[in-house]
Amino acid sequence: MSDASNRHRERLLGRVLGPSAPELSCEECFAELDRYAELTLAGSDADARVPGMRAHLEGCPACNEDLQALLALLASDSPSG
Amino acid sequence: MATATMTPPTEMPQAQPRIASLDEESRTWLVRLRCSGPAQDAAVAELHALLLRAARFELNRRRGELAQLRGEERDDLAQQSADDALMAILAKLPDFRGESRFTTWAYKFALFEAGVKARRRAWQRREVPVEDKAWAALAEAGRSPHGRVEDSELISALRAEIEAALSERQRRVLVAVTLNGVPIDVLAERLGSTRGALYKTLHDARRKLRAGLEDRGFDIDGGGEEEI
Repeated sequence: MSDASNRHRERLLGRVLGPSAPELSCEECFAELDRYAELTLAGSDADARVPGMRAHLEGCPACNEDLQALLALLASDSPSG
Repeated sequence: MATATMTPPTEMPQAQPRIASLDEESRTWLVRLRCSGPAQDAAVAELHALLLRAARFELNRRRGELAQLRGEERDDLAQQSADDALMAILAKLPDFRGESRFTTWAYKFALFEAGVKARRRAWQRREVPVEDKAWAALAEAGRSPHGRVEDSELISALRAEIEAALSERQRRVLVAVTLNGVPIDVLAERLGSTRGALYKTLHDARRKLRAGLEDRGFDIDGGGEEEI
């Protein structure tokens, strides 16, 4: 099977089966989103400081998009952004 | 603007989340938003302007998926997002824990509102795809002239578990969101639900599928290259 085909299958199964690790709910994710974003931009270990966040972001595209939007906005606000 | 109908807080909330430990800018925001009269009105107007800028930023980032909207329609969406975010923020002000800057905390409400509205607008006239498309994608993933037998078996088992182990609602949510790519906020609107409630349904469905596949002998995460 080609690499592209393998990747397609892996992505598909990943989407269907979701993360295996314990994860936050969408509500918990939203509550932590601002802290997680600032930790990420500060280069801190955001995943260790907010357990369950990474797994949720892998399983929930909408929450992940919210995070990417916040990171992009904060980056554009920063002096180097 | 939403501020015209805003009811000013009449008393300080009981929980004062470590206000002394806040950065100066965040502390100033809280003090101004919690006072009354013209000073509070000015702070609310300033906050709305901040939220509007955030909403415009996000809708501009998503302009590709909103290509059908004229500039003024997109800006109207930004205004609605800022209005709704402002209402949410003022209602949740006592929940601000000071674990980020106040502006970062406020931004996420505007970005959330703008994101939800953008996804729903982009899908406004689109039907949620029927399940046939999803099964085709699943079948395609397991079919290859050079594919391994166990890949095909895994996909077949997955489909069997989806059909047999899930409730009708779990199957509908899982297929729409993970196989047909329907944004969860769009599905939530069509089903009269919320993102959080549908994600819980999706989460429960995924756990059932994982358990079912493991019962059938598939090592979903531990097999690395050997399995998925």
